[in-house]
Amino acid sequence: MRKAVWIMVLLLVIIHQDFWNWDSETLVFGFMPISLFYHACISLSAGVVWFLACQFAWPEDLNDSVGDA
Amino acid sequence: MDSMFILAQAAKAADGFPPGKTQLVIIVIYLAALMSLGFFANRLFQGTKKDYLLASHSIGPFLLLMSLFGTTMTAFALVGSSGEAFSQGVGVYGMLASSSGIIHSLCFFLVGIKLWRLGQKHNYTTQIQFFRDRLDNDFVGLLLFPILVGLIIPYLLIGVMASGITIQSLTAGAFPDIEMFQTESRGTNGGIPPWLGSLVICLVVLCYVFFGGMRGTAWANAMQTMVFMVLGIVAFVVIANKLGKQDGLLENLKVIGEAIPKEKATRIGMSTSKFFTYMLIPFSVGMFPHLFQHWLTAKSANSFKLSVVCHPIFIMIVWVPCVLMGVWATTGLLPPKPPLPTLPNGVVNQNAILPFMVKVLTDPLLGGFVSIGILAAIMSSLDSQFLCMGSIFSNDIVGHYLGADKMSDKQQVMIARIFVVLIVAVTYFLSLQGYRSVFSMAIWCFTGFASLFPLVFAALYWKRLTAAGSIAGILAMIGTWLYLFRDSNWAAKRDYTINLQLGGTELEIMPVVASFFACLIVMVLVSLITKPPSEEKLAKFF
Repeated sequence: MRKAVWIMVLLLVIIHQDFWNWDSETLVFGFMPISLFYHACISLSAGVVWFLACQFAWPEDLNDSVGDA
Repeated sequence: MDSMFILAQAAKAADGFPPGKTQLVIIVIYLAALMSLGFFANRLFQGTKKDYLLASHSIGPFLLLMSLFGTTMTAFALVGSSGEAFSQGVGVYGMLASSSGIIHSLCFFLVGIKLWRLGQKHNYTTQIQFFRDRLDNDFVGLLLFPILVGLIIPYLLIGVMASGITIQSLTAGAFPDIEMFQTESRGTNGGIPPWLGSLVICLVVLCYVFFGGMRGTAWANAMQTMVFMVLGIVAFVVIANKLGKQDGLLENLKVIGEAIPKEKATRIGMSTSKFFTYMLIPFSVGMFPHLFQHWLTAKSANSFKLSVVCHPIFIMIVWVPCVLMGVWATTGLLPPKPPLPTLPNGVVNQNAILPFMVKVLTDPLLGGFVSIGILAAIMSSLDSQFLCMGSIFSNDIVGHYLGADKMSDKQQVMIARIFVVLIVAVTYFLSLQGYRSVFSMAIWCFTGFASLFPLVFAALYWKRLTAAGSIAGILAMIGTWLYLFRDSNWAAKRDYTINLQLGGTELEIMPVVASFFACLIVMVLVSLITKPPSEEKLAKFF
């Protein structure tokens, strides 16, 4: 799962380069330029991926830390 | 809650005031509330250096999220993003906001948590302390000191300048008869002049940082982050309703959306290679000295989880409305009078777009509240940066060379406070030197910090990193950065890029690529040909 999380982070970086939306004038919900909507969705997806990272890829060597004691 | 009640009462009383004065009253009361927060934090001050600079590692998940987010969202995020969207269109969001959502959390996750752990273990307060210890080399500290300070000063200037511009735009019309408040632009005429607005903001921030230290800063950041997030959304809704002139919010949004010019609603004017290489800019978060200090305030490693997850979503909540409002200003739906605020050379002052829209399109009462939201975003970064600069001077210069063990905690806190005052004064006087685009100044500052990211990453994850490799990497980075900065005519060429020809296509590359890889390549090569660090030293960090 740890590996899957890092693949998802990499995937986010790749789909961030949305050259296919470059000159699209589509308005999502009739008001939001698709370029903006798409990247707002990237931000939401990033939240989900980082949630998974905290669940499944959290560093293991922190247990001996002062604050966690 | 009390402060919000007082604000509401004051706003009610100020509602009948002439244009600009209502906003002024609300701003003044908000600033007074912030100062009282600093004094209250001072009552909990334990008198130690650790408490003053790191809040005794007592910050939990919510406060850490709010203070980290508030610190990274600056004038750049609100005033800069809307101004840049006005000029370049909605692509600004993808270029900086969504990429930051991915990269900032990556930095918190890979760098922040590990540095927090090492900081707890070895009692670090500043980045320079960490690098000196990790590389077992004093010169690294001396080399990093002027670079970090030199890069943070423009970042501070952005906040100080933007606060002055914001206050002037929002209070325009308040004092039209005072000669020194008069300007040629009707959008700013009669408002508090930037030199005075910036001065007041500097003094308020100085006050709560001076008395409240890191605890006061974290509390103020949390309060201000909530203020600017909520009021940003309120401003967005009110401005949409005012511009659209239809019955419902969705109808209004549709009318405005259709009026956005094609070049602003798409990225046709934006280079794909430039967009791609912008992705390196958010790595600056990994090397911001003030974020390093905030990371060390965390109570536990688990405190980071909320920040890692919520940071990208919070960015979206703040940036999407700002970018939309920026492009809405290009639609022609704005009332023709007053005209957009301009600079003395007649060009539209894009830094003043958001405050101007708030002023013109909301009523004075709401305008006053929204104005404190903008100022909150600015001040929530300034405070951490001022405190951090004070920490660097007192720890890495005075404490390091005069011997921190020879001084009492009280003396060290006093030295940190003196340096905070000096940094505020220097920044304020530099801010008086004239107008620069908030966005282009920020990009050069971020470029410098982002280019040092390979250094912090290697220090945490690469055992083979040597002091010689680090010094060579830093020198390569700063040499490249200075060359490119000079080539851009010290940021005067706003859209400066490195242009490469590839198969008949011209690629526009952000300067950060050159300085980032200069640092990385030189650091790795020199580390590999110099003597590796001893196992004994490495055992302390790995």
